[in-house]
Amino acid sequence: MSSEVKFTDFKSDKQPTWCPGCGDFGTMNGMMKALAETGNSPDDTFVVAGIGCSGKIGTYMHSYALHGVHGRALPVGTGVKLANPDLEVMVAGGDGDGYSIGAGHFVHAVRRNVDMTYVVMDNRIYGLTKGQASPTSRSDFETSTTPEGPQQPPVNPLALAFASGASFIAQSFSSDALRHQEIVQAAIEHDGFGFVNVFSPCVTFNDVDTYDYFRDSLVDLEEEGHDPTDRDAAKEKILEADKEYMGVIWQDEDATSYEATHGVDANMSEIPDGAPDGAMDLVREFY
Amino acid sequence: MAEDFNWAIGGEAGDGIDSTGKIFAQALSRAGRHVFTSKDFASRIRGGYTAYKVRTSVDDIQSVVDRLDLLVALTQRTIDENLDELHENSAIIYDGERSWEAEIPDEMYAVDVPLKSLAEEAGGAIMRNVVALGAACELADFPIENLDESLEKRFGDKGEKIVENNKEAARLGKQYVQDEYGTLSTEDFDFELETTDADYVLLNGDEAIGMGAIAAGCRFYAGYPITPATDVMEYLKGRIEHFGGQVVQAEDELSAINMALGAARAGARSMTATSGPGIDLMTETFGLVATSETPLVIADVMRSGPSTGMPTKQEQGDLNMALYGGHGEIPRFVLAPTTIDECFWKTVEAFNLAEKYQLPVYLLADLSLAVTEQTFAPEAFDMDAVEVERGKVVDDAEIEAWLDEEGRFTPHAATEDGISPRAFPGTVDGAHMSTGLEHNELGRRTEDTDVRMEQVEKRQRKVDTAIEREDWNVREYGNPDADTLVVSWGSNEGALVEALETLEANDVDVRVLSVPYIYPRPDLSEDVAAANQTIVVECNATGQFADLVEHDVLERVDRVNKYDGVRFKADELAVDIEAAMEEA
Ligand SMILES: Cc1ncc(C[n+]2csc(CCOP(=O)(O)OP(=O)(O)O)c2C)c(N)n1
Ligand code: SF4
Repeated sequence: MSSEVKFTDFKSDKQPTWCPGCGDFGTMNGMMKALAETGNSPDDTFVVAGIGCSGKIGTYMHSYALHGVHGRALPVGTGVKLANPDLEVMVAGGDGDGYSIGAGHFVHAVRRNVDMTYVVMDNRIYGLTKGQASPTSRSDFETSTTPEGPQQPPVNPLALAFASGASFIAQSFSSDALRHQEIVQAAIEHDGFGFVNVFSPCVTFNDVDTYDYFRDSLVDLEEEGHDPTDRDAAKEKILEADKEYMGVIWQDEDATSYEATHGVDANMSEIPDGAPDGAMDLVREFY
Repeated sequence: MAEDFNWAIGGEAGDGIDSTGKIFAQALSRAGRHVFTSKDFASRIRGGYTAYKVRTSVDDIQSVVDRLDLLVALTQRTIDENLDELHENSAIIYDGERSWEAEIPDEMYAVDVPLKSLAEEAGGAIMRNVVALGAACELADFPIENLDESLEKRFGDKGEKIVENNKEAARLGKQYVQDEYGTLSTEDFDFELETTDADYVLLNGDEAIGMGAIAAGCRFYAGYPITPATDVMEYLKGRIEHFGGQVVQAEDELSAINMALGAARAGARSMTATSGPGIDLMTETFGLVATSETPLVIADVMRSGPSTGMPTKQEQGDLNMALYGGHGEIPRFVLAPTTIDECFWKTVEAFNLAEKYQLPVYLLADLSLAVTEQTFAPEAFDMDAVEVERGKVVDDAEIEAWLDEEGRFTPHAATEDGISPRAFPGTVDGAHMSTGLEHNELGRRTEDTDVRMEQVEKRQRKVDTAIEREDWNVREYGNPDADTLVVSWGSNEGALVEALETLEANDVDVRVLSVPYIYPRPDLSEDVAAANQTIVVECNATGQFADLVEHDVLERVDRVNKYDGVRFKADELAVDIEAAMEEA
């Protein structure tokens, strides 16, 4: 059935309530196109969403999905994928969801390297709770809870991922539709944890990290001739704090996914209607 | 003389107390004797006092008693800690060559065995505990050959030589006692641990929970280590994989329950286990599990709280949390196994209930069940009797009945029995979203007042359905016509059943109900009404279960509470019950 799937099949009949112009529209469209393009169908795709404006993505897409609690989407995705490795698992959320309340899970999901795709809609602000500082907000960015700016350096999610042993790190921009789709597609096709930080501007609460800002400042790594399999080059780009890059920054093609290391291959939903064969041996072990 | 023999080995944590005790317990069990073990341990790896106690009899035993006949003391503290359980004719094995001078009360038999030297003679000082086991065999008149197989089991993978050395160490211990002390067979210390040809298995409650999970088709387990629940994870790891399953050690409990939730959404029978502090962390997601109507088994192996409390001590303090934990109102079932074999069966039942009613099920075990081992006939875990009921799962063919007029699947259809259809991912046309937000039949967010009420009532209706369809029974002991009713839940059952014998011997008549279900729970109102006095026995200070009984029967009940961190002992409980009866 996959050959007939159109990207609109991933669209639910529910109209998004995002503010007009929100970057999340573009982020979602690119994800749906990437899913269709990589041969997935809504029936074998599982989308896990965080909490935030970004987390509403699960509502506007059509697939098997779970819209969970704040910050815990990655563990849910991990459980889904390990229980049924045949599913395409896509986890999505915001920068607050992923790098603040869920930061611990992020580090561990990265190092676990389960074969799923993690898309963070980074608008450098808390959208849903109406404009507080997020972990990626600039240190002088004035918000309702940080009237003089957070006065702390922002988290560098790419560096956090790299330091945690990521096997795939990319960054994209929701309004560059084609490149965004290509980048998400590369993450889906990556055998392991595909991490994409997407600049997805909040037009309501962030007047600094705007479309114009990203359009002017973003450098496409592809145009620069960056080789994502070159570890040193990747490290250099990731640590360059004053530059905004777009594209696949680091891909370890030799990394082994969690599933391969741990022999995960069964669809666990299929079980016998009584104790499994050989279960009595479990008792005899206690002789 | 007495056929009920109580034995213990104690020393510092790190002295190998646990494995030594286990070797002897296994030897007794393989020799066809009933065994019941208990542990005193501190939450330190080195430097804390630890003891492993073994009670054995040819009769069935289900609890510990306040008596020690033989003690292997590796430190003075072992003797001091156990003084109140030692009696006039107890024997104490110690190593007089060690630097401490053992202070042993005059009336007891001091059995000085050079454990270390004899172990060295056998091949290494490390075997001194095994020398002590050999000495114990001699004193208790237990054929030492029975020890051999346990030693093989324990040391087999270290090579033939190590096994042989250990057997030799045991024999040197036995020989030494025989040479120096004769058989120590006096009128008062005259044990002869007879063997039978019965077949027993020896396991603890955590292991029984893990075994029950595999039997029930659980294939995914995510957890984070915490005493006393860790054994469940350790048991499953290395075993569940043979059945196509996985164990994941998550970064914390928040992650563990979310992973388990994800696996359950993908169609796996999934579980997590933790203890009180971990349950606190899981509580946020617990609400999501319930609202998204996901079947999940969460085992809370209770320990003494609050906060980090006394991590290695017994308590039944989390009942209220299991019943009421979480914001908002959420239906959940709470099962509480009362014995080690019931840990197995209640786990199986928990999975069936979770899937049949699509809600989270708490399995409320406790430290006493988790860390003590007991012998059972293998048939107590009859795998042929395990049934797996997956509830209302719809496949590609059946799904049509559950699509709305626009062809969308309705995972939260407000059915008459409250139970909705479930479609595993991969089912054609079943794609749907689950959420912690209040939702309509499609699973989509709503704040519509009617839909909100419909979904709340639908979820609650599952409980009514379950009350009607399932048998929320009790286990009954004692005299059914007695005027005094004793009600218990969780691990107190064993001690209570044994206390009955003492009470009977004192001409005290009671009827005992042991309740394995907290919610829903059996209706005890007629039983309470028929009794003159009702006494609820539990290991907590406030009487959380007693409160529930009072709530149900609209009548005051009496309470026996223990919250010192130690489980009820049979003899002690008999005294407490008599006291409660006198007070009434
Ligand atoms: C435990 C918990 N704490 C706080 C909240 C409130 N909350 C909802 S969304 C959010 C932050 C969202 O920010 P971000 O992840 O950046 O997403 P955005 O809305 O910007 O897309 C917070 C704090 C919550 N839902 N749960
Ligand atoms: S508040 Fe910002 S992030 Fe939220 S929908 Fe509006 S524009 Fe998007």
